[in-house]
Amino acid sequence: MKKEYIAPIGDQGLYILNTGTWRTERPVINQDKCIACGRCYLFCPVNSVRFSEGRYSIDLSFCKGCGICAQECKVKAILMEGEAEADE
Amino acid sequence: MSKRIVASGNKAAALGVQLVAPNVIAAYPITPQTPLVEYLSQFAADGQLDSTIVEVESEHSAMSVLQGAACSGARTFTATSSQGLALMFEPYFRNSTLRLPTVMAIVGREMTSPETIWSSQQDSMSVRDAGWIQLHVEDNQEIIDTIIQAFRIAEDQDVLIPVNVCYDGFLLSHMSEAIVVPDADKVKQFLPPYVQKHLLFDPKEPMCIDPMTPGPLMLEFRKHLLDSMQRALAVIDKADSEFNSLFGRSWGGILEAYRCDDARYLLFTVGSMTGAAREAVDYHRENGVPVGLVKLRTVRPFPRQRIAQLLQGRDGFAVVDRNVSFGWNCGIIYQEIKAAASDCGHMVTVPVIGGLGGADITVQHFIRVIDELLSRDTSENWRTLWLTGIEEVQK
Repeated sequence: MKKEYIAPIGDQGLYILNTGTWRTERPVINQDKCIACGRCYLFCPVNSVRFSEGRYSIDLSFCKGCGICAQECKVKAILMEGEAEADE
Repeated sequence: MSKRIVASGNKAAALGVQLVAPNVIAAYPITPQTPLVEYLSQFAADGQLDSTIVEVESEHSAMSVLQGAACSGARTFTATSSQGLALMFEPYFRNSTLRLPTVMAIVGREMTSPETIWSSQQDSMSVRDAGWIQLHVEDNQEIIDTIIQAFRIAEDQDVLIPVNVCYDGFLLSHMSEAIVVPDADKVKQFLPPYVQKHLLFDPKEPMCIDPMTPGPLMLEFRKHLLDSMQRALAVIDKADSEFNSLFGRSWGGILEAYRCDDARYLLFTVGSMTGAAREAVDYHRENGVPVGLVKLRTVRPFPRQRIAQLLQGRDGFAVVDRNVSFGWNCGIIYQEIKAAASDCGHMVTVPVIGGLGGADITVQHFIRVIDELLSRDTSENWRTLWLTGIEEVQK
């Protein structure tokens, strides 16, 4: 620790509280179905959807698994998979 | 050059703010604070105030805007009263807990209902436990001096707690008296530029401010704030003596003890009522009554030890509260002084409530309070004397 903290700040990154560990299921984008409309990006409440090289993808580092992206996807390209199954 | 002028309390406060020239001011008008905000706007419009003034749509926005500025290291100021303070309460709690050294004037006004705009200390007393330092002043000279001292206290690295400077609505805010406006260069000497270190919005070194914080860490942060509150007691005294060295005026620091040395009885006051209380103490002293006056300048942090020292060995005290404690049958400051006095031995204590909703607390009232203190015994320590009217006093 470089100094005494007197107020809560995250100056060594955002992960004082790692919300990624709160998930019980995770979004998985089927890139064949995805039409790159960007709705998942607009609706994600925690900015876990990334856009790069013309594709949308999920950054799982702090995604809480709320499922809003899957709910809002117009072409049902996003499915929520259980965390337990994903680990297998 | 310091100059002697006639100014209302609001003008005195505005002149104090002008001398400090905080980086950002955001305030919403509310009687009886309004002229303060109007003066600041006029100064800025005339190019005489080196501050950014942000026009906001409510007191909630005012404090929120200041928090954004303060997180960027700006010196910040606002002012409000009663209902405005109530509207501001949501962000208000964040300035203290994020250790942002904002200075805010509270121009004391009664909380509605009944509908009122007139003076009392109910508003500031209602927020005494939100982590801000709270100072109360007696007259307009003390307003301008304390506004300047407030920044010095808030920004001290041992403190880093926002400060409320409280003065009674109408009784001081709209009352004109002679004041000396401190010299601008000396104010700069007294108040060096503020450099914020503990958190900062800075693109060169990004950080996130106020992430979700789990319980054990919460305890640590709260303890640090409480410890800093205790250190603030010494800093308030130090700021007063430094101010005295530069400007030749002292207000006593955390409290002023008037004619207390050989007093058997003490009278406690907060704010402008102190002026009338002094007269009553002098009157009783002329008749040989060993009574003294304690003007409590600092309500938060509460100077428990100083008050316990002052009360050691006395026969009794009375506290005049310009507020009510709804769940107790007395005023708020009475309870706090009783708590501080709890190890001082059993003595006669008189809770007094008066001056609500702009009602006057007169010299006659204070004479009566001291009479009451002299005539009671300890069995009545929880019977509140209500200062309901001059007519009753004259019976």
